[in-house]
Amino acid sequence: MAAPKTAAKSNNSKEELLGFYRQMLLIRRFEEKAGQLYGMGLIGGFCHLYIGQEAVVVGIEAAAKEGDKRLTSYRDHGHMLACGMDPKGVMAELTGRSGGYSRGKGGSMHMFSKEKHFYGGHGIVGAQVPLGAGLAFADKYLGNDNVTFTYFGDGAANQGQVYETYNMAELWNLPVVFVIENNHYAMGTSVKRSTHSKTLWERGAAYGIKGEAVDGMDVLAVKAAAEKAVAACRAGQGPYILEMMTYRYRGHSMSDPAKYRTREEVEKIKSEKDAIEHVRDLLLQGGHANDDDLKAIDKDIKAIVNDAAEFAKDSPEPDLAELWTDIYA
Amino acid sequence: MAIQILMPALSPTMEEGTLAKWLVKEGDTVKSGQILAEIETDKATMEFEAVDEGIIGKLLVAEGTAGVKVNAPIATLVEANESADATPVPVAAAAPAPVAAPAAATAAAKAPVEIKSAASPDWPAGTAMKTMTVREALREAMAEEMRANPNVFLMGEEVGEYQGAYKISQGLLDEFGPKRVVDTPITEHGFAGIAVGASFGGLNPIVEFMTFNFAMQAIDHIINSAAKTLYMSGGQMGSPIVFRGPNGAAARVGAQHSQDYSAWYAQIPGLKVVVPYSASDAKGLLKQAIRDPNPVIFLENEILYGKSFDVPVLDDFTIPFGKARIWREGTDVTIVSFGIGMTYALEAAEKLAADGISAEVIDLRTLRPIDYDTVLASVMKTNRCVTVEEGWPVGAIGNHIGATIMMRAFDYLDAPVINCTGKDVPMPYAANLEKHALLTTAEVIEAVKSVCYR
Ligand SMILES: Cc1ncc(C[n+]2csc(CCOP(=O)(O)OP(=O)(O)O)c2C)c(N)n1
Ligand SMILES: [Mg+2]
Repeated sequence: MAAPKTAAKSNNSKEELLGFYRQMLLIRRFEEKAGQLYGMGLIGGFCHLYIGQEAVVVGIEAAAKEGDKRLTSYRDHGHMLACGMDPKGVMAELTGRSGGYSRGKGGSMHMFSKEKHFYGGHGIVGAQVPLGAGLAFADKYLGNDNVTFTYFGDGAANQGQVYETYNMAELWNLPVVFVIENNHYAMGTSVKRSTHSKTLWERGAAYGIKGEAVDGMDVLAVKAAAEKAVAACRAGQGPYILEMMTYRYRGHSMSDPAKYRTREEVEKIKSEKDAIEHVRDLLLQGGHANDDDLKAIDKDIKAIVNDAAEFAKDSPEPDLAELWTDIYA
Repeated sequence: MAIQILMPALSPTMEEGTLAKWLVKEGDTVKSGQILAEIETDKATMEFEAVDEGIIGKLLVAEGTAGVKVNAPIATLVEANESADATPVPVAAAAPAPVAAPAAATAAAKAPVEIKSAASPDWPAGTAMKTMTVREALREAMAEEMRANPNVFLMGEEVGEYQGAYKISQGLLDEFGPKRVVDTPITEHGFAGIAVGASFGGLNPIVEFMTFNFAMQAIDHIINSAAKTLYMSGGQMGSPIVFRGPNGAAARVGAQHSQDYSAWYAQIPGLKVVVPYSASDAKGLLKQAIRDPNPVIFLENEILYGKSFDVPVLDDFTIPFGKARIWREGTDVTIVSFGIGMTYALEAAEKLAADGISAEVIDLRTLRPIDYDTVLASVMKTNRCVTVEEGWPVGAIGNHIGATIMMRAFDYLDAPVINCTGKDVPMPYAANLEKHALLTTAEVIEAVKSVCYR
């Protein structure tokens, strides 16, 4: 059982907790299925699973309103599901089929949805950071109160363009929330082996950016921090940095032998800090749901994921003419 | 109901693997997520987890078996009250290949085409040879040069403790220690600049880019700092440095990770550019690159890393830059290529021979300097030329070869030079589209037939 990190008697409503449970479970089951399809050769190339980090995107999205934008790295499946993109379209992109969000042309790392304001899916470590500030620049220019959530990893946090972006984002008060997903590793390099900074969020202070570290395994803590950051941005006091302390359970991608950490380290986090178990405990202990209720949700989610997988297998490959389209507008 | 456990795909380029070790035995109850076996892929040894729960019925593939195809059944999983011999239902989407399918057959099909030309000019006749992969050849080249020169060091992401993202630097940290095998943060622009500075300061850095796609972050230091300093300083100081790593498309890794930079770097005066195909070239040219007093771009290819070739057993084996290698002599047409393009060129030549067309195949090996003389001499003999490369068609190396032939051997040409290249599109992810975006052997054959008016 996970040790609850917020008081067992949370003030959050039953509906909200059930919603978090469903969304996090959807991401986890989706990712497990993606891993299986990769093993069967139905998904190719790189495939980076989000398992373990679910509370980050689900908590952040709880603070978003229609019109807000988001973008992230190649580890993007969870972000897409959390902002309401269709699991079928995401899975079919993973299998490279015409039913995918990029009609099979982007793949796991490169997916987009104009409708859901999801701006990718970026394969070059750190590149999404100035792009996210640029989206915020556009919103400020256009005079609306939208906020952009720019997610990046602890490894990406060392790229120089992050700091060029921080400087301009603060100089121009851009409405951007920088969400650092500190899962402690960049491929095989632990944070300790890549920097002597004590925290990553405090680096923003050099540019005058406010920020804080957040327990990224606790969806309620994530939501509370996100609300604060979003309020600042909407009030014209952006940007804001949230460093989410989280953990990835699986290898960096499907081909990572993961010799850089012990099995015990992973097991300890899984058994003591798991984000889904945490909400499950809150639901059960708070009397919001019983085992049968949660089993019904599990079953429901399994069906959604299986449907997505079936869709992704059955959807035809893109037409060969697609090779030559979308190069120019 | 019994189900089959299939050999998983554990890396983008994996087609088969070695079942190194079973961690369960027949009759064991397994949970989903439990480690079943250790599997060796082309890149690493990986743990393979159970997807479903049940009892291990039969282990179909013995420990230590090499060449097990992806999706081949490796074990059966039965339910509690079922016999271990229950007939499993196949679960794979793709039809599982029979376990016994001899791996040797496919290995042979992919083996490099025999050298048809006379003895290699790169080593004395009669030199003992050993077979090694391109990966091993690159590692040996670095290790030998690091032993010989204490100022040579390796720097890059995951080169040390992780043993290299593509295992090229495996073992080097153990031998040379962290002073000379330096793990960096993900900071290409910064560490490329630091390495160029170190080269100004008297060291001989080897910078590994995890792939050349990420060297785009560092392009300013490669070109403005490394390539131009000798000139700008009036010859006082230059940058003896090697930038190396995999270049070009791997398999299904999409637009941002699949790009051939050969022609880009070949455009820059002050850089030397090497694109090896074989393991002997990888070794001899990398040793040469590390000794060269100039910045050298050394473009490897992930798909070639695992291919085996003969490499001469010599204490000190280098290959000079600017010398093309004739892989196959021929009389009807000259095919000019380099790097992974050579796989298409050689395959095409083999098939064309069956059609009665004799193709001479030239591997440029280095694009800066480029061996014009070997190409021109060949074209003056065959009167026809086709160039083959994986990069895009506009501003391709083939364009430059074609222009050079036109200027220096126009009267010898019996047909226009054709450039075979990758398609003029970003790399798509979908399997069927990717296949069409890449160059094919059939396209090379068609081009050759066209210049031969056949
Ligand atoms: C510029 C660049 N350099 C290197 C890589 C190879 N690479 C891909 S992911 C990765 C690790 C990134 O770690 P982190 O930012 O912590 O994100 P995480 O994978 O943990 O989500 C590396 C080195 C890349 N894609 N782009
Ligand atoms: Mg990380």
